[in-house]
Amino acid sequence: MISSRVIWAGAAALALLLTGCSATGGASRENSESARGGASEQTIAVISHGAQGDSFWDVVKKGAEDAGARFGAKVTYQGQADPQAQSQAIDNAVAQHVDGVIVSMANPDGVQDSVEAAVAAGIPVVTINAGQDQSAQFGAIEHIGQDELVAGSMAGAQFAKAGATKVLCVIHEAGNISQETRCKGAEESFGGQMPHLQVNISNLSEAESTIATALQADPSIDGVLTLNSAVATAAAHATAGLAEKPMLGTFDLDKDVLGLIQDHSAAFAIDQQPYLQGYLGVQSLVMHNENGFVLGGGEPVLTGPAVVTSDNVAAAAEGIKAGVR
Amino acid sequence: MSTRHRATASLTRLVVRQPAIPAAVGAASVLVFFALVAPSVRTWAGIANVLDTASLLGIMAVGVALLMIGAEFDLSAGVMTGFTALVAVHASYQLGLNVWLGALISLIAALGVGLVNGIIFVATKLPSFIVTLGMMFCLQGLDLAVTKLLTGTVLADGVADMDGWGSLRAVFGSTLQFGALEVKASVLWWLALTAIGAVILTRTTLGNWIFAAGGNAKAARDCGVPVDRVKIGLFMAVGLCAWIAGMVTMTRTGSVQANLGIGLEFEYIIAAVIGGCLMTGGFGSVLGAALGAFIFGLVKQGIPAAQWDNDWYKLFLGLILLLATVVNDRVRRAAGELR
Repeated sequence: MISSRVIWAGAAALALLLTGCSATGGASRENSESARGGASEQTIAVISHGAQGDSFWDVVKKGAEDAGARFGAKVTYQGQADPQAQSQAIDNAVAQHVDGVIVSMANPDGVQDSVEAAVAAGIPVVTINAGQDQSAQFGAIEHIGQDELVAGSMAGAQFAKAGATKVLCVIHEAGNISQETRCKGAEESFGGQMPHLQVNISNLSEAESTIATALQADPSIDGVLTLNSAVATAAAHATAGLAEKPMLGTFDLDKDVLGLIQDHSAAFAIDQQPYLQGYLGVQSLVMHNENGFVLGGGEPVLTGPAVVTSDNVAAAAEGIKAGVR
Repeated sequence: MSTRHRATASLTRLVVRQPAIPAAVGAASVLVFFALVAPSVRTWAGIANVLDTASLLGIMAVGVALLMIGAEFDLSAGVMTGFTALVAVHASYQLGLNVWLGALISLIAALGVGLVNGIIFVATKLPSFIVTLGMMFCLQGLDLAVTKLLTGTVLADGVADMDGWGSLRAVFGSTLQFGALEVKASVLWWLALTAIGAVILTRTTLGNWIFAAGGNAKAARDCGVPVDRVKIGLFMAVGLCAWIAGMVTMTRTGSVQANLGIGLEFEYIIAAVIGGCLMTGGFGSVLGAALGAFIFGLVKQGIPAAQWDNDWYKLFLGLILLLATVVNDRVRRAAGELR
């Protein structure tokens, strides 16, 4: 009696839950122009290390799919944060005899065997985003990405130009080498002091308090560099109440960061233009397979970084609306 | 025997009666420690930061501690805080509803998730650890997939200019000024929930039922305690707390990331354990969990305030947890002897 009533209430709650989030309302945008094969019908497998739900990798994926649609290739995309799973995905692509593989190597040693196996099987490999130093060594035809040191030094130069003296570098994933490298690059070109601060990307409210604490602990800090757009928003909240606002700069763009730049809460964003990493990756593989083109001459092809400030924010805003920046 | 021995025994008896005492001693020592090494912790702004961090954790720790006293875990508690925020944003924005209505739908969804957790647990008799682990992944997938489906991105926003936003934000996301101290609304929610939880646990029949269901479910059932209903209710209480935490996060920023809350469930459990809740159930206090959350907030904000490298933070956390577990274990043994 009671249990049936409880179950009935559960069903009702579930029904409400479903109606609560399966809406078809005003936002049913049609963005499902999936990659459709053209005449040549090559298959390109993109296997990234991006965790699901990372907006950065959504843009890479869109770039790859758009290039696939334009150049008549079928593009498949998978994100596997774990190098073991990423290796298996590469092995699967090889087993399916795809015409090209695009890999981002956040952990190069972890995927080395699979990448080399793909190369040995005669499948051209392009590395994107991460793994620049090992790309050629593993037999990839080229690397398309951002040099974190270059990108970092660009950020550092912005702070130096504005006359900042002590900049906090906010790391949001402990032990992530590319984040450490960004801070290092920034420190080198900045020239001043650059203490590091560790926050948790899954808990932005707390990140906000932590950044506020660090700024209170050391009032001489006059700049904050974040390495992710969501953390930039948290930092902007943390500094909102301060009498002397430190200069805020960030890596990566999103809608919120755009707003921060537009209302001058943030000074700049370093955009590595991830769309180009997906797009150029697919395009160069298709062209390689058709006519043997190779980019870069053994050097990485950089997709940026571009600096977005209040001067050029309008064009970036258009790009964000279209989902390509 | 010796006076020392007798003093220890009476101290143990005190702790058995009031499980929050070790946590209170711990909180005081950690507070003194960071007040000494980190000057900014002694400022009003520093205190506000510590309280804010503690409150976000402490709101959830109330529900999680009650559930733990009832001898169950909820591993979906972390993701649930993001789930509730996302449901509220999606419901309001996609359906064009007043944000309060979106929040109400979110509340029903949160209680529904707790109910489903509880019903699966009761019906299958599987460990709650496994049931809620499954729910954790379900919600994580749902958060991401539905958000992407509806918005095309992983960020849900657009509610900040809708009807009802101002008042919802005033209730959950505002900052109040008490003299020189800025207090976030979340701190008041935390204190209120702790008070309510503590009263229910120590002053009502329901509280006795929770202890009984967690201590020895079979014996409790034999005495006529509705163990299943108590446990289902506790899972729903976690849902309620997750709803409040979700509303706080949502109203602060106006946008919600699909990965919000992932991995935080263990922080809640740790806060409860530091506060004297036993992993095996039947013992603990809501007040202790609040103190556990306070210690957590102190450590989290104390390390950057002392300008130490907070790469060390997890080490600190681990040590405090181990220490708390050892103390709890002693207390449990002593409690067994006293009975």
